[in-house]
Amino acid sequence: MSTETKAKIRAKLKGDEVTVKVLMTHPMETGLRKDKESGKTIPADFIQTMVCESNGKKLVNCSFSGSVSKNPYLSLKFKGGKKGDEFKLSWTDNSGVSGSESTKIR
Amino acid sequence: MNISEKRRLFLKGSVTAGTLGVAVSAGLITPTTVMAKWAESAFLADKTEDAIKNLFGSNNAENSSAVTINAPEVAENGAVVPVTVESSLKGIESIAIFSQNNARPLTCSYDFLDSNVSGFVSTRIKVGKSGDLTAVVKAGGKLYSAKTPVKVTLGGCG
Repeated sequence: MSTETKAKIRAKLKGDEVTVKVLMTHPMETGLRKDKESGKTIPADFIQTMVCESNGKKLVNCSFSGSVSKNPYLSLKFKGGKKGDEFKLSWTDNSGVSGSESTKIR
Repeated sequence: MNISEKRRLFLKGSVTAGTLGVAVSAGLITPTTVMAKWAESAFLADKTEDAIKNLFGSNNAENSSAVTINAPEVAENGAVVPVTVESSLKGIESIAIFSQNNARPLTCSYDFLDSNVSGFVSTRIKVGKSGDLTAVVKAGGKLYSAKTPVKVTLGGCG
């Protein structure tokens, strides 16, 4: 239930294609790991779904498991984007906590 | 169910074999609208073939050179393995990445909602044990796949 989930997004237009690079802060716990000291299973805590949109149009629905590395990195590409368009991420983790972040295409 | 009942079930659940039923009753997965878009049965499958079938409705993926998956041959740190999937196929509906020897092979999937999205996904995943990473691309209603072996020297989940 990471309420401090953050996302840094870079969206760059080159030619006719926008390349998006995202780096998020999140522990991405699978729920299968045991704490080495206490022996207790660390509960699952991971970003589960995320929608990527640009200029108000939905582009990709991402579904993650706890097997995505801690501090998720994701890169996607799409055409039809213009400089100044808003690229937005909206995510929900497995506890139902949501967040979002956006940036302008450069 | 109050929080301490949930906790007791959770602890009980974590000791027994990890099946979908146990996971749900342990409160690990709450069947709310949050789950609506997350393919639970695919993400919890413990074999790649079952995960593919649960995600796409079929296990009939043909190996295709129009799909490429790139990952290091040897990953020193199985917790962070960069993987890039590219595809020149038209009409891509979704891309999914499976790690053969992970407890739950399906790591992530991407549903393309717009035809302007390019056939490209790059991310970092956990690879628990040496094995194949498989990319499955659904395009034009059919499944295409490619795989690459990754050897891990230090396992994926810590």
